[in-house]
Order: sequence, then structure tokens, then C-alpha cells
Amino acid sequence: MSNKRLCSASELERLRTGILAKRNPDKPIITVCTGTACQAYGSLEVFRRFADELKKQGSGGSVVEAKATGCHGFCEQGPVVVIFPQEICYVRVKLEDVPEVVSTTLAGDGVIERLLYNDPVTGERIAKAPDIPFYKNQVRIVFGNNKHIDPGEIDDYIALGGYSALSKALFLMTPEQVLEEIKRSGLRGRGGGGFPTGIKWETTRNASRGLKYVIVNCDEGDPGAYMDRSIMEGNPHAVLEGLTIGAYAMGSQEGFIYVRQEYPIAYQNTIQAVRQAEEYGFLGKGILGSGFDFGVTMHRGAGAFVSGESTALMSAIEGKVGEPRMKYIHTAVSGIKGRPSCLNNVETWANVPAIINRGAEWFNSVGTKGSKGSKIFSLVGKVNNTGLVEVPMGMTLRQLVYDIGGGIPKGKRFKAVQTGGPSGGVIPERCLDTPIDFDELTKLGSMMGSGGMVVMDEDTCMVDIARYFVSFCCEESCGQCIPCREGLRMLREILTDICEGKGKEGDIEAIEDIAEVMEDASLCALGSTAANPALTTLRYFRDEYEAHIKDKRCPARACKALTAYYIDPAKCTACMICRKSCPTEAICGDKSIIHWIEQEKCIKCNTCFEVCPPRFSAVRRISGEPLPPPPAPGTRVVREKKR
Amino acid sequence: MTITLQIDGKEVKARKGMTVLESAREAGIEIPTLCYHEKLKPCGVCRICSVEVEKKGKTRVVASCGFPVEQGLVVRTRSPRIDKIRKVIIELVAPTIMVDGEVAGEIKKIGKEYRADIHRFESRFRAKPTRCILCGQCVRYCNEVVGEHAIGFMGRGIDRRAAFFPEKARACLTCQACFNLCPTGKIPSETDFVVFDGFSVDDYLAGEL
Repeated sequence: MSNKRLCSASELERLRTGILAKRNPDKPIITVCTGTACQAYGSLEVFRRFADELKKQGSGGSVVEAKATGCHGFCEQGPVVVIFPQEICYVRVKLEDVPEVVSTTLAGDGVIERLLYNDPVTGERIAKAPDIPFYKNQVRIVFGNNKHIDPGEIDDYIALGGYSALSKALFLMTPEQVLEEIKRSGLRGRGGGGFPTGIKWETTRNASRGLKYVIVNCDEGDPGAYMDRSIMEGNPHAVLEGLTIGAYAMGSQEGFIYVRQEYPIAYQNTIQAVRQAEEYGFLGKGILGSGFDFGVTMHRGAGAFVSGESTALMSAIEGKVGEPRMKYIHTAVSGIKGRPSCLNNVETWANVPAIINRGAEWFNSVGTKGSKGSKIFSLVGKVNNTGLVEVPMGMTLRQLVYDIGGGIPKGKRFKAVQTGGPSGGVIPERCLDTPIDFDELTKLGSMMGSGGMVVMDEDTCMVDIARYFVSFCCEESCGQCIPCREGLRMLREILTDICEGKGKEGDIEAIEDIAEVMEDASLCALGSTAANPALTTLRYFRDEYEAHIKDKRCPARACKALTAYYIDPAKCTACMICRKSCPTEAICGDKSIIHWIEQEKCIKCNTCFEVCPPRFSAVRRISGEPLPPPPAPGTRVVREKKR
Repeated sequence: MTITLQIDGKEVKARKGMTVLESAREAGIEIPTLCYHEKLKPCGVCRICSVEVEKKGKTRVVASCGFPVEQGLVVRTRSPRIDKIRKVIIELVAPTIMVDGEVAGEIKKIGKEYRADIHRFESRFRAKPTRCILCGQCVRYCNEVVGEHAIGFMGRGIDRRAAFFPEKARACLTCQACFNLCPTGKIPSETDFVVFDGFSVDDYLAGEL
């Protein structure tokens, strides 16, 4: 073992004091978000340029430091650069902006106006991150440290008080007290089900003597959801610390971290974190000099959504195909290799250190009666500020979408928000004042799920949304049991037919029958919840289904088979913009000659609709009504004479 | 240890570790099954054996082939909810196995009992009718009893299928243990060995694979 190994609680505190003593809190630090989303915008290159530029301008890290951190959450504005200690936030920073940012920071004089976030509501530029509405309304218990931490640097985590909760648990608390604290905190599983974490831990603890396992589930796969990825990438030690505390409470010596195949950065960062934790003695034999041993094995997924289901994940860890199995005996009692196995989601584990450090009462003070603490959501879709947001339980959906999300782009109308991924459902506008809470969302027919939140505007067809999620599950179900496999297959056929104008009487009843049987009789939770998107769209938007089936009309004008494009001759100014943009040359007419669409050539790509200048708004989408005749070929525009 | 439970209003004695299905059958109460085989570990995929169980006043639907007996458990093998599950399951699998507008064997029997309309989803079924409901009896028998592992599953979701591993095919010529297991009658009716998805033993032996 290396000499970094810590052998007591006081050695950890000495190390922390030493790290802090070396750090000057007033020294400017340029942090660059290098989460997956910002990396896609080229943030890694931006970070490297910062490091080079600091050398070039003579500082080389002594006066100003550059740090690559995990996800800050404001993904829509990436690459995001925040300069501490003032927390000046620059958004959409490009390579060519770097020298100027460095020289301004070195000189310590002011901010670069054009790189600041421009609030679409007030039109004002905002300099400091905490003042941006997106951040201002959040409560970041789990996610808050991401912006201060280089995930490859364990010292960054320790400097922020990292592993003090583990030390407290090991030396000042018995396993029973740790368990009691988690039970009293009211923490519920963040992976979707919302099962009380403390009770799960207690079941595993009491299950049987001997070998038992604790598992981190990082197989997040809901479309549009990436909370767990950002925690795992940006702050892996928080998860490791929570897991180790859990293992201590349950009497487990062996843990697994399952990371899905599609998360290479999370996987790498976690491996590195495990190695560092072993070096420092936070993992391994006699942790921090106590008598407690605990080790962690990494497991990388093989690309199956269904492996996120607890029994499937455990099968995968055993080396079998990642398929669910019957769990009439809980996995907390009989999981991996028949041993008691406690599986929690990334975010659940990451909450544990904060609860141990600050106490169950504090955690209890945040949230609602039945749902305590905060929850991270990935707010995506038709909303101005997309990104990761952490809010106290009990915040209303409206606050989330409008106060943090900044509302719907392009002045469109809000229609629905889809929560909980393929297992969840859509929630309509009239339910927007519902507080976000495990039980409230379930009452609406949806679910918290892992935290995906897809906002939809008036242009989204609800039947099409149901079809999308059902199709997703058709491919991602394991296909073992008949209700899920054949039910999904048939739901997809029926929903596709409805979207294509081939719906018929009895379809709605057939959907409801299939959904009921899937819910009652499927082998696992994927199957029993896979019909929720269809059921909730039916519950709140039944009229849209009926319009598709009876009138062959798509009210959102989104289903291609039921929608036609038409240029209003009274409004067309023959400006040629749509004609030049049409990819299939379906638009006829010429300069000064009114345009019309040859319907046979039109592929309904929506381009003409989008490019027609709003002051003309000549392109219309028509559904469920006969198409007006085109103008006589060669009709010329009658222009008003200029006075 | 003897456990007493109630199945369809009848007091039934069972031993610890038994499943609801086993104890029902021992008591002469019939529950239909498609994927269950007494020599194989229950896998609970056909869901036809679903029953209602009541415990501490809470009722839920479980697969009786996998649910362990418990003292005081109340089981209902028939109810409107259960009948509907069985009816819809047969309706959903019928198009896969239909030959000349009819289904055969056990599925026909269950379909009649639960008044399934086997043509309900026929017009919407656009996949290739494989005549296989993926009960997995052949696969599991080959793995668990014979130990040859000549058949397995491939793909997932709606593309899941039973497949034959040609490298292992020689054993099948003499074994044929799976022939009488298939609840849809697919295997014994196709003794030319063109049974599993695209592979044929004859082709393999002739060196064409």
C-alpha cells in the first residue's frame, strides 16, 4: 500500500486542513464544464486552450488556475465557464474567446459582456451564476459540488468535506444508528420506484448472516434523462462514500458499481475514483483504520435498457444475460448468487453522505410530507433552459417549467410534460400546479421515474408520443413474457395505424384492454408500466385519439399522414424563400408568381412552414379538412402600391 | 413444515418451498400453464398461470408457478381480472401460431375456456407468424435436463426468438427430447428439422451452413 493511506479520522482531518491551507480562496479559478453535453460542444478543447493560454500569458496556474469539472447542469448554454470566487458565468464559450477571458481574469477588471447569459425574459445580461434564474431557484444538495470538483482529483472532494460522513459513521455511529438515521430521513429511492431506502437497507441487513452485496445502479436509460451520468462523471466520490456508508450499515463487504455501456466518461471517472479511494484507505481492508473492510468491483453494461431493472442487473453482474426474473422473494433478501443484495440508484447513494453529515432532521426539513429532500430532473424538450435541475420536492411543475426552465420557446403554448420516461406518463397543463412528489405524480397516472422531464408544446401530437415510447419499449423490452412482448407489439401497430389515419372503432378499447393486462400480468416493472404513456395520453387527451380515429385529423398537425401543407394565395408574396428551401422541389411558382405546393411531391418536412417569414405566415398546415384549391398557375402577386 | 393456505375457498395444505401452482395441482385445482414443466425451474414468462393472491388485505396478481406458498395466503385462480388476463394473452399470441385460421393444442383449449377471440388482433399482426410463443420449454429442457445447450434465445423485445446453434446440431438427431414439449405443436409437426429460425439440421449436416 502506498503512503497516502489514512489510518484514522484525525489523519483525514489533518489531510483536509493541509489541502485547504495550500489553497488560496481568493485565487481566481476558471472552471470549464467537461460533462458529456459540454464536451459535445467542444469544451475539452476550450479547457486545453485555457491551460495553454494561462502559460502563454505568464501565469501558468500560479495566479489563475484552470480546472475541468463535471457537469454544471446548464447544458443548453454549453460550453459553460464559471470563474471563481466571484462565480462569473460565461456561456457558449468558443476557442477564440479564451485569450480574452484569460487576460480579463488576470487583470481582474470586470467581465466580458457578450459572453454573459442573456435572460430571454428580461433581455438583460447576467454576470454571476447564482443570479441566473435557472440556478437561482434550485436547491443543490447532491449536485452542488460538481462545479468545484475536478473528478480526477480526490483532494477536491476532500477539501469540500468529502469522506467526513464516512469517518463520522465509522467512528461515531454504530451500523444500527446509521440505518436509523437513513430511515428517519425519509429518503426514498431515486431510481423510479420511490421505495423507502432505510427499509430496503434494513431488509438486507436482517436478511441473513454472511456475504451480502451493495450495488450502484448507473444504468440510466430513459430517453432524455442523464442525471445519474452527471453525478457519476462529475462527483464519483460522493457515490462511493454513500455506498461505503451503506455497506457499513448493512454489514456488506462487497459492492458493485454497474455503469451502462453508453457512459464511457462516467465509467472512466469512477474507475479512477475507486483507485484513489483505495490509495487513501477509503476502500479496502480496515477503512480509515477501523475494523471495517469493503471493496468495490466495476461492472460495465452491454447496452440493454432492461438491465436497469434490479433482477436483470443482478443477472448481468452474475455474468448471465441481463434479463429480469421473478422476484417474489425480494432481491434485498436473495439477489446476486442468492445472497442479500441492496441495489440503489446513483442519486440515492449520493444523498447518503449529506444525510449522515447534516442529520435526518435537516433532510426532513426539505420536501413534502411523503417525499423528502431534493430531486434532480433533466429538463429537456420544448423549454428554453434545458439542462439538469435539482429542486426541493414539492416544487410545482409550473415553477420548474417556467421559473427555472424559462417557459416554452418561440412563444408557443405549453401542452404537456412527460415524466418518468417510458414507464411514466404525460401530465397536461391543467395539472401544472401539482407539487412534484412521488405520490402526487403517481396519482396523475405518471411517475417520478428517475427524473426525466420532457416538455412538449402545442405542436406535439399525444398519440405520436405514446407511439414513440411504446416503440422504444418494443426494442428495449427483454421479450421474455407474453403480455409485455406481444402487448407492446400490438400497441405499436394500433398506435401507428391511428397516427397514419388507419385507426378504427374499437382501437381505444383494445389499447385499454392490452394496457390493463400488461400492467397486471407482466414479469417485471418494465412491462407493467410500459403502457403508461398510452394510458395517460388517453386519460388526458382522449379527444386527440378520437379526432385521429373518427375525423382522420391530427389536432397538433404533427402526424404526417394526416397533415397537408398549403400556401394561402391571399398571403403569399411570392418571395421565393420557401421555394428555394424545399428539398423535393414541390413548391411551384416564381418571382412575383404566387407559390403553390404539388402535394404528390411534398414529404411534409415542415421546412416551408418554418422558413415562411412570420409577417407573411402564408404556409398553413391543414388536417382533417379538404385542401383548398391552388391558385390558377401563373397568378401574379398584387402588390400594394407604395405611397 | 406444513403451511395452510386457501385456494378458491378451499383449505389446502402445502410444504414450505412449494409454489402456489404446485400446491394447487396437488389439491386437484387446475391452473392453466404454457411455459411450466415440472422438471424445469419456473421462469414465469407465459403469465397464463396468473392468479390473485391476498395477503394482509392487499390483493395482487402473481404468476402461480413462481410464487411461494405462505401461511394464511388467500389465492383465487379464477376472477374477472384473471379471466381477462388469460383471454387477452391468448388473443395476443393467437396470430403468431395460427394455421389456416385455427390455433391448436393447449392454446386452443385455454382460448375456448376463456372465450378468447383468436381473430381479434389478426388484421393488425404484421410480423412473421413463427408458430413459437417463446415459452422456452425446449430451450430450458435442452439446457437444464439434457445439458446440450443446442437451442437458445437470440435478440430482445419483439425480435426475441428461439434459435438453434448449428455447431451443436449433431446431438439433436438422436436426442429429440424437446419434440413433445412444444405447446403450439410446432416442433413435432416439423420433423424435417426446419424448426428454429433459419437453421436446419439437414442443411448443417450437408455442409451448407
